[in-house]
Amino acid sequence: MTVSSSVGELADEASIDPGVFLPDAGEVQGPKATWRLAARSFRDNRLAVVGTGILVFFFLFCFVGPLIYHTNQISTNIANAYYPPSAKHLLGTDGNGFDELGRIMVGGQAALEIGLFSSFIATVLGTLVGAVAGLLGGVVDAILMRIVDVLLSVPLLFVILIIGDRFSNATVLSLSLIIGSFSWLVSARLVRGEVLSLRERDFIFASRTMGASRHHLIYKHLIPNALGVVIVNITFQVADAINLLAILGFLGYGLQYPQVSWGDMLSGALNYLPDGYWWVVYPVGICLVLVVMACNFVGDALRDTVDVRLRRR
Amino acid sequence: MTAYLIRRVFISLIVILGISLLTFVMTHWIAPNPGRAVLGLKASPAAVAAWNRAHGYDNPVWAQYWGYLWKLLHGNLGYSYKLNQSVASLIAENAPHSLWLSGSSVVLSILIAIPLGIFQAVKRNSVADQTATAVAFTAYSMPQNFLGILLIGWLAITWHIFPAEASQSEKIIPYILAWRANFLPIATLTITAVAGYSRYQRSAALDSLAQEYIRLARAKGLTERAVLFRHLTRNAILPMVTLIGLSIPVLLGGNLIVEDLFNSHGLGLLFFNSLSNEDFPTVIALTLIAGIATVVGNFVADVALTVADPRIRIS
Repeated sequence: MTVSSSVGELADEASIDPGVFLPDAGEVQGPKATWRLAARSFRDNRLAVVGTGILVFFFLFCFVGPLIYHTNQISTNIANAYYPPSAKHLLGTDGNGFDELGRIMVGGQAALEIGLFSSFIATVLGTLVGAVAGLLGGVVDAILMRIVDVLLSVPLLFVILIIGDRFSNATVLSLSLIIGSFSWLVSARLVRGEVLSLRERDFIFASRTMGASRHHLIYKHLIPNALGVVIVNITFQVADAINLLAILGFLGYGLQYPQVSWGDMLSGALNYLPDGYWWVVYPVGICLVLVVMACNFVGDALRDTVDVRLRRR
Repeated sequence: MTAYLIRRVFISLIVILGISLLTFVMTHWIAPNPGRAVLGLKASPAAVAAWNRAHGYDNPVWAQYWGYLWKLLHGNLGYSYKLNQSVASLIAENAPHSLWLSGSSVVLSILIAIPLGIFQAVKRNSVADQTATAVAFTAYSMPQNFLGILLIGWLAITWHIFPAEASQSEKIIPYILAWRANFLPIATLTITAVAGYSRYQRSAALDSLAQEYIRLARAKGLTERAVLFRHLTRNAILPMVTLIGLSIPVLLGGNLIVEDLFNSHGLGLLFFNSLSNEDFPTVIALTLIAGIATVVGNFVADVALTVADPRIRIS
């Protein structure tokens, strides 16, 4: 496919910096040295450090925060509804009398868990499909890639809403499964492309000439080399999953109450804003944007670090 | 060239067939007993069985799929029992509003993103470039509904510049003329699209800037203006054609969010309301149409690229 390859080469130029990674005379490097170089290049990228910092902060905030900042997130109390921010409730209270800051922590737990778990599912599925398609080729490849084409043509949001409609009791697990099982398409394409291009490289040819078994080729050469693409894609997938979850929650297809995620907390935003209850809208929205942006920062930096040939959809 | 086009048409047809299979499977999965879904919980089992038999739902699965395909080929998208009209007429009523929102936002975002991305590439790492990158990154990382909420919060509720609701006209001409009412939905769609497109256009233009022909154009003494417009822009916008084709499913999804947020009558809101009302024939038909629109859009983008770029035609 000439068309897609001409586009696929776009992202390359900017990200390749051979000076950092390749020794001048092409000496053999141990895997440790490679990882150390990669880690250094990651550290040198300011945005990556900021992104990692934001993510670490939000993990602590959501999972350790509730141990320090104790709030009642179990029983509602309408008499406490919509208190503006004060010393007692740092970010005020929501319509059920829940402390908003504590609510953001609880909602963040669900958002982060679903983001990570669904992208784990998507990555495993996508890697398997991509690797099988790339390695076997032929009819299997053609069929698998047409399935990917079909699923990529239908808007993801439509499919997920239709499937979510059958699960009225959405949980963290069920939402992760639904999002994960329809987000593997891009990683499948990436891994397939990577496997196809790796197969043609000289070092694979050399290894094969020296009599390497198929098993050796797959586990010693293909998987370690394709891993970079997969790792980079995970971070983007987490970002996309959290975004998608926010949209599902907003549309009323999020977690079943009293479970809550950030998107669910925004679902009444258009009713709160005219009443002036800004503190139940903006803080949670800003948390969402920060986490997604941090994932994108880290993903961009990892892409430069691992020096992979990939393109975001 | 001809061989490529034939191959491309063939693959598109297979994908469209796959989409119809997917929507067929979904129909069965979402409403395993269509008779019950249409007649309601109070209907007698005999009535439900009779309805299913009359509509061919007791045939073998392959025959049902064949029947579904046969109807589709004759332009029969199904019947909405909840709204008591054909899905095709529902789509005809709602499509113009969606087309206006999506179409105008795509045109606007192309008009903004291409010059912006090329400007950023030419002035890369300047303050303006970094500011634009930061803004684009923020907008790109924002769920579309939150972006819409921000715009409503500031421009509609606090400053009262634009209404928080899209135009409610059912006729398309008054709908288009009500530009103030439709400003915020179009802005929401446009900002998200510009964020994605401009990032891409910047890296595409950076790629073109590194090419030999740009160096040659400068070396032979062309003015910077001629280099930019005649050599850089014409090459750098080519990848955008494919990107716009690829972004159709995301645009349609965005349409749903925006139409829900601003209560604008269109296909996205129709999909969402039909799903809430368990009006499954409409939901499934809209999914099918969205899928086919994407395939056709990608095909048109590929052909447009082949026409625009002689290098692709030759290889």
